[in-house]
Amino acid sequence: MCKQTVIELTVNNHPGVMSHICGLFARRAYNVEGIACMPVNGGSTSRIWLLVDADERLNQMIKQVDKLEDVLMVERHDGGHAVFTRMAEFVA
Amino acid sequence: MKFSGAEIIIKLLERQDIEIIAGIPGGANLPMYDALSASPIRHILTRHEQGAGFIAQGMARVTGRPAVFFATSGPGATNTLTAIADAKLDSIPIICITGQVPLAMIGTDAFQEVDTYGLSVPITKHNYLVRSVDELLCVIPDAFRIASSGRPGPVVIDVPKDVQTAMLEFDAWPEPGGCGFGPELMAPELAHAARIIDEAQRPILYLGGGVVQSGSSALARAMAEKASIPAALSLMGLGALPVDHPLCLGMLGMHGARHTNLAMERCDLLIAAGVRFDDRATGKVAEFCPDAKIIHLDIDASELDKIKSAHVPVAGDLVDSLAALLELVRPADRSPWLGEVAGLRCEHPVIIPGADDPCSSYGVILKAAELAGEEAIVCTDVGQHQMRTAQVYPFLRPRQWLTSGGLGTMGFGMPAAIGAALAAPERTVLCFSGDGSIMMNIQDLATAAEHHVNVKIILLNNNALGLVRQQQDLFYGKRYFASDYARRVDFLKIAEGFGLPAIDLGCSADPGAALAEALAQSGPCLIHVPVSADDPVYPMVPPGAANSQMIGGKVHV
Repeated sequence: MCKQTVIELTVNNHPGVMSHICGLFARRAYNVEGIACMPVNGGSTSRIWLLVDADERLNQMIKQVDKLEDVLMVERHDGGHAVFTRMAEFVA
Repeated sequence: MKFSGAEIIIKLLERQDIEIIAGIPGGANLPMYDALSASPIRHILTRHEQGAGFIAQGMARVTGRPAVFFATSGPGATNTLTAIADAKLDSIPIICITGQVPLAMIGTDAFQEVDTYGLSVPITKHNYLVRSVDELLCVIPDAFRIASSGRPGPVVIDVPKDVQTAMLEFDAWPEPGGCGFGPELMAPELAHAARIIDEAQRPILYLGGGVVQSGSSALARAMAEKASIPAALSLMGLGALPVDHPLCLGMLGMHGARHTNLAMERCDLLIAAGVRFDDRATGKVAEFCPDAKIIHLDIDASELDKIKSAHVPVAGDLVDSLAALLELVRPADRSPWLGEVAGLRCEHPVIIPGADDPCSSYGVILKAAELAGEEAIVCTDVGQHQMRTAQVYPFLRPRQWLTSGGLGTMGFGMPAAIGAALAAPERTVLCFSGDGSIMMNIQDLATAAEHHVNVKIILLNNNALGLVRQQQDLFYGKRYFASDYARRVDFLKIAEGFGLPAIDLGCSADPGAALAEALAQSGPCLIHVPVSADDPVYPMVPPGAANSQMIGGKVHV
């Protein structure tokens, strides 16, 4: 099984943002294994966590995501993230 | 002050110094058109929204500044998509403002409703669905900033009809949106790059559309001259260095010159500036410049290491990075390498069949270039005529050459030429087209005639889809299928029907003189040149092959 990593994004919170981000992955046939999203700062921005396979295209994916106008910050957590370990309990 | 959304849009466009807008009105954008009618902005009514998009592209490619076009909702919006996708792939700053059904009707399958926002996500640099009238004060200037900053690109703004009619009271107009700064340069990378250049024995500059876009061609030229580095140009980079410059190697790639592709094979350092290693330029990537280290300069960090990993990737505006490198590199004469490159050119010269015959597909390009002079703008459609123009036209300056490079859109040429002529009315615009391409936007001949634009359409008619036929000839056992037209269209009558003067070089006693006479008239004109469908464009690198595997274009064939 491929090693997984978590990308954490801070984005402007409006209805089109998710389609911008998901579109970048979908057109490159890059599967997103898990998604979590919550509003922050009173709803003006959101935090999105993406659980993805860490294959050789990941750096390019991150650069593409970083280019999006509505993406304010990109962080990468190679050691995983508590969001998904806790979410895993719901599907166990 | 109190204005409607539509008035705000038009006023903000005026404040961005927009002088011309192409487009077509419809139910969902009529409030904008009503506001436009009271504006000094000139409107160009096209016959198809794709034509409006390419007119905007023509203007943007010539001026380097964002151009705007309008379409209504539904089919109006879907008709714009090809022109927008084309702008995305060639990094052209255009802004498409579409009407949309009223907010409350979105998602109800209302008349002429389509998800313009969703459709345009993957083909724009950024897009908006404006949900309230006050957003316009931010969205319009932001659209101009986004379209022109960094790596330029298209922006779509979808405006529901009730947002256009809503009234807004506000105190002050926002500042117009302008071009932001590129990423900050990293000094250690530049020093490393300069050291590698100094140490290289056989360096080549590989200049692309980014050099043209950023206005850094003078810097690229100075760099080539200071360190004696020959420069190859991508299709989009033509004009970045004059073809008659001693260090100019001409175009590389699928239909590039033999000596250019062979020199690339030999180089030990590739200095790639404003290029994205397109597959038509590189051929089989693994065998592209196999012995070379790579320095890659680009304003878009996501282009670095995308296709080829660079030894030194430098993210930044080429105006900054080339200026910095120019300071750092040491002067060099590199005569052994320049001698080797000259030897390749001597051994593998560019072959131009029919160069002296103004009725041949190459000859008419050369004759038109000679007659139109250095000031002309050259626009093409997509196909054999496009590759031939790229191969032999004597390009001397950036923004002289407008072509659909990335998307390869047949139908680009004529409307883009109209846009170029509108943006630069003092120049002659040559539009080389083919019979396949021109038919894809033939309706806007009416627009060309209506506005009496100085566009000379040189139509190379082989009654076929030439490049398709050429691939069938070379790679599909000469099984010509669906690439020849069963009927011949009378383009002279078509031109006449649209109100354009037209001449046929094929039945002219003195085609050179006839061409000269046609180019000397003001206004649009169609020049028909019948050519054979059996003349492939050579050399040609088979799709998927290495650039060293060129077919044809040799001295003794």
